[in-house]
Amino acid sequence: MSKTVMEHADASEVFNRDEPYVNWHDETLWFVRQKRDKSSKQLPEWEELREAASGIKHYVLSHLDELLISFEQKAKENGVQVHWAANAAEHNEIVLGLLKRHKIDKMVKSKSMLTEECHMNEFLQKNGIEVIDTDLGERIVQLRNEPPSHIVLPAIHLKKKDIGDLFHEHLGTDAGATDPQYLTEAARQHLRDKFLTRRAALTGVNFAIAETGGFVVSTNEGNADMGAHLADIHIACMGFEKIIPKQEHLGVFLRLLARSATGQPITTYSSHFKKPREGQEMHIVIVDNGRSTQLGRKDFRNSLKCIRCGACMNTCPVYRRSGGHSYHNAVAGPIGSILAPNLDMTKNADLPFASTLCGSCSNVCPVKIDIHDQLYKWRQVLAKEGYVPKSKEIGIRAMSTVLAAPRFYQWSGRLGRTVMRAMPFMVNNGLNPWYKQRDMPEPPKESFRDWYVRNRKN
Amino acid sequence: MSSRDSILGHIRQNKPEATALPAVTTFASNFDNTEDKFREMLGAIYTEVIVVKNREELAQKAEELYKGIVNRATTIPALSAWADFSLNVSDPHELETVEIAILEAEFGVAENGAVWISDKYLPHRALPFITQNLAFVIPRNALVDNMHEAYVRLQDTLGWGCFIAGPSKTADIEQSLVIGAHGARSMVVFLLEGE
Repeated sequence: MSKTVMEHADASEVFNRDEPYVNWHDETLWFVRQKRDKSSKQLPEWEELREAASGIKHYVLSHLDELLISFEQKAKENGVQVHWAANAAEHNEIVLGLLKRHKIDKMVKSKSMLTEECHMNEFLQKNGIEVIDTDLGERIVQLRNEPPSHIVLPAIHLKKKDIGDLFHEHLGTDAGATDPQYLTEAARQHLRDKFLTRRAALTGVNFAIAETGGFVVSTNEGNADMGAHLADIHIACMGFEKIIPKQEHLGVFLRLLARSATGQPITTYSSHFKKPREGQEMHIVIVDNGRSTQLGRKDFRNSLKCIRCGACMNTCPVYRRSGGHSYHNAVAGPIGSILAPNLDMTKNADLPFASTLCGSCSNVCPVKIDIHDQLYKWRQVLAKEGYVPKSKEIGIRAMSTVLAAPRFYQWSGRLGRTVMRAMPFMVNNGLNPWYKQRDMPEPPKESFRDWYVRNRKN
Repeated sequence: MSSRDSILGHIRQNKPEATALPAVTTFASNFDNTEDKFREMLGAIYTEVIVVKNREELAQKAEELYKGIVNRATTIPALSAWADFSLNVSDPHELETVEIAILEAEFGVAENGAVWISDKYLPHRALPFITQNLAFVIPRNALVDNMHEAYVRLQDTLGWGCFIAGPSKTADIEQSLVIGAHGARSMVVFLLEGE
């Protein structure tokens, strides 16, 4: 894979040029985080639910092979065809093969982060297949030739004016119209026509149940169901970690998912697919694409517990102020930053550094993934294996020299304070990364250590 | 080696030591009044809950609520006189013009206002999604407190089934809530007494 165009820090800098916009983005996501808080506090058993979810997912990781085999067997008994893909390329070929066999060149798709991860749309387009994303947010970013910037809120980075302009160009809405109701209605009409005319529908999978061979797809818009129930062929694609042991465990996960994601007690639609309807073909593609490698990384395997609620993004001070695209990965934010290095260390070495390690992500995670610990641990791995950029390495080495020598540390502190007082321009300039988007603080007259030494004498 | 076998092989090699399932995975909600909670949750998602004494009253309410609307469909025999759209079609695409569907469903969940409907109650899976407006009829005593209880009740999901909580919605444009994304634009839940 090619080196990324822009690293997270550089992309964030671009994102931060428009201050009112960044503030808006920050506040919008924080609002979603607050809705999550309110909703979770309605349930006295919230923490126990998280514990149960984490425990079930740990059981899943330690019994994955058996659960997948059971799921496959049951699904086959239900009349569903099961496919296995070791990597993204194989996944894309399987989907293309199914469409070709049915001579289908147009497909509707509901939200699937896995197909983003596999870059399936681009691949299918190159092979003459038109793919229409039917989630409103996803359709918006698709029309803009952009990837989603958030796994739950794909167009969260856009203002309604951007969308009004876009729809004016593509859907013929009135110039300058920005009313969300009006724009959504236009998209409804536009996409209804696609639902009614496409013979194939692809959906993601939120949970696949080993016990029954069924799977659950959650949406608010109803687009997964509109697609699947009208199409001749339904293809559901899942990363293999989506498996859960029993149907009753859905009780735990569906109670956590929407509350963590948007603060809703449940999504509007929680669709339980098990058998194809009469005359329909149903396929499931089970994808590895690096997951079995991640499973073998003791420090990082817990990342596979993720149920893709996006809570860690909404709460992350870095995500809120840098935007999803700066992560250059299908899954952005804290969870994306611990999943991405597993996929490609060279390309994603910057991501575990896109964090303050404040730990808020771990605190809101409904399956209790130790996200900030993993971010920290990835930094060690990446540095050890030589993936950390030279500039960062030099900085860290200088820092460790200073911190390891107490006298040198005291002297540099004093020097720094003096310089900041006497020659503020030395630090208040564009060369100092700490000066970006903020003013440097007043330097204190003395360090805490000096104060302590002086006062203890008295 | 097939991809299946190689994936399973890698998993076997890399999976952590076996842990047991947690002892507790279900919780009780113990609402003071299950129906009040159900009503409150649905109210918050723009859904009216209407109690009807019997099927005659249901027919009467349906008449009042959806006056002047054409292409009315139902799965409830007591409403057959009210309906003017036959669900006896072979291709679900023909449901495209349905304006209102009043459908029998199985039960409701108080903690989130979701109603369970499945193949058992539907001639076409597409119906609750493609109709412009949707109403469910469930027995008044068919309410459970939370999702754990729901899955106890739901011993089998048949071929397909769905929890539906309120009308279709989206907030993808600047987080402004808009009702009526792709599915139903409005939703009513009738609680039918005495059955």
